[in-house]
Amino acid sequence: MTVLSETARESGSPDAAPAPGEVLVDVRDLAKTFDVSAPWLNRVVERKPRQFVHAVDGVSFRIEKGRTLALVGESGCGKSTVARLLVGLYAPTQGEVRFDGADIAATLKGPKALALRRRMQMIFQDPYASLNPRWKVQDIVAEPLREHGLVRDAQALKRRVGELLQSVGLAPADAEKFPHQFSGGQRQRISIARALATEPEFLVCDEPTSALDVSVQAQVLNIMKDLQRKQGLTYLFISHNLAVVRHVADQVGVMYLGRLVEQADKRALFAAPRHPYTRMLLDAIPDIHMSGRSRTPVQGEVPNPLNPPSGCSFHPRCPHANARCSSERPKLLEIQGIRVACHAVEEGRL
Amino acid sequence: MTAPAPLLQVRHLRVEFPTRRGTLLALDDVSFDIAPGEVLGVVGESGAGKSLTGAAIIGLLEPPGRIAGGEILLDGRRIDNLPADQMRRVRGRQIGAIFQDPLTSLNPLYTVGRQLIETITTHLGLSAKQARARAIELLAATGIPAPEARVDQYPHQFSGGMRQRVVIALALAADPKLIVADEPTTALDVSIQAQIIALLKRVCREQGAAVMLVTHDMGVIAETCDRVAVMYAGRVAEIGPVQEVIHRPGHPYTSGLMGSIPAMDEDRERLVQIDGAMPRLTAIPTGCAFHPRCPRAFDRCHGQRPELMQAPATAAACWLHAADLAVAQGGVA
Repeated sequence: MTVLSETARESGSPDAAPAPGEVLVDVRDLAKTFDVSAPWLNRVVERKPRQFVHAVDGVSFRIEKGRTLALVGESGCGKSTVARLLVGLYAPTQGEVRFDGADIAATLKGPKALALRRRMQMIFQDPYASLNPRWKVQDIVAEPLREHGLVRDAQALKRRVGELLQSVGLAPADAEKFPHQFSGGQRQRISIARALATEPEFLVCDEPTSALDVSVQAQVLNIMKDLQRKQGLTYLFISHNLAVVRHVADQVGVMYLGRLVEQADKRALFAAPRHPYTRMLLDAIPDIHMSGRSRTPVQGEVPNPLNPPSGCSFHPRCPHANARCSSERPKLLEIQGIRVACHAVEEGRL
Repeated sequence: MTAPAPLLQVRHLRVEFPTRRGTLLALDDVSFDIAPGEVLGVVGESGAGKSLTGAAIIGLLEPPGRIAGGEILLDGRRIDNLPADQMRRVRGRQIGAIFQDPLTSLNPLYTVGRQLIETITTHLGLSAKQARARAIELLAATGIPAPEARVDQYPHQFSGGMRQRVVIALALAADPKLIVADEPTTALDVSIQAQIIALLKRVCREQGAAVMLVTHDMGVIAETCDRVAVMYAGRVAEIGPVQEVIHRPGHPYTSGLMGSIPAMDEDRERLVQIDGAMPRLTAIPTGCAFHPRCPRAFDRCHGQRPELMQAPATAAACWLHAADLAVAQGGVA
């Protein structure tokens, strides 16, 4: 992933930052607003205004080919919305997502939609809800192949499904079974096999292991890393678990109330987090090797996204906040190779 | 952990679920003690029987599940065979319960205060006015801002973390000696999780209550517990002081479990992987239930079931520790 300063973007030279690898996904100033207003009649009778949630609010990042970007944050920070925007399940309110140079929202409306969909796939959180219980595994995994017209012959289809199942550590004979005959971890592997069917370059994984037990999570994470190594896959990995993120990611983006507050190389972020929210998150993780250590007490809760705080949305919980933080929204600036949106860091107070 | 007399003693607990296709053995010969003021963690993966153990202790097994053997003693008195009305008095008064989902453990139709006051008047026999004062005191003790105003609000007016604080206040309302907390932080975000764990630790220390903390999160266990029991397929696989279980596990399942957790302080290309999955209750393997997944299984593990035996630093149900002990004693169990 290339780090890109605000100034470089504004001056219209996106290549100003050093580009060591080829960028596959380029997200620019992406925003998604949901209308959560009460029905018209209620609004009129109760004199309520329209209400909007800014689920994603001006997020920009890039993912290089063959690398993993992880987005972390607590519930309601907009990370899953970003995932859905990236694969075109939602249309952005503002901004754009470029995949291999082409704008996704525009392409999906045009004649090349199918070709684009083939190159990106998604793995969902809940392996119990994302597989049709009335379909055999054969049909589930073969669906994308059939949909995209990649394999038409029944024999070849069966062979291909067998290969796909083997690539995720299941047996070709499992194709004849139904999803309920598998455990959670095995089901998640079926989801991965289905996602891999069209030989995509880019996989969006929305909390792929958070419904799984740790030993099964280890199996799934190992498979995902093996596949990336063998097939050069690019991942966007959404998770709330920082330990998992630390294991799988190359780059980590931290989100808070719809905005990216910090983004850095994994090592830099975990060794020296800059944004106070990132520090707080890292402090909050219970770690099996740090027993008895007293943690920095975390103050407060995530504010209601319907009514986010002014200025920096983290300022009510931030120990370093001052007047500027409550009035002026910090920009995501590149400081020593780390992108961080914090006045205190920018001013050198932190 | 021998000094004080145990507050809770679970002896050879056996829980069965009769079904049309035969009886399922959900807990099999589970034994452990909790001393007053001690925090015992119970970990395991889904289906290991950890929540069921908690449910059996508080007398809330879902029918048709039933205790089929063994006994549970609280302060030396058997509570597993109490009639329902007596058990109701023990539950709440002497045992407090905290469940995973704070939304479903509060009644949405009653104010938070009414639920607290009901518990307080039932168990402590205070007047309505005193009970209300106590309710406000409890809300304040669990870190809820403006308790005088919050006491008259409904659960939906609280956030997830605040609701869990209310549930903790409810569990503590009658000064119980034992608190059974079943995944109290699983439904919460990490930053809130840290607050709730700290709160649970503080109030239990202040009240001298013993805690049985059921969770699948080893990090929470490491931070909170004195001792930990690792469960697998309805049995205790290993039990011992928390640091020993984490750093010198005696059971191969425990080692696998620890290795499969991504660590925050080291880089590993691959995680330790335990192949396969926990067996279903309908098909628990013979001998040691872990043997089909165990990298160190040998002949004896297939046929003979290991009981808890002395491992270097803990007690583990594994034949690897049998050689030096079982032979000398002419066979444990």
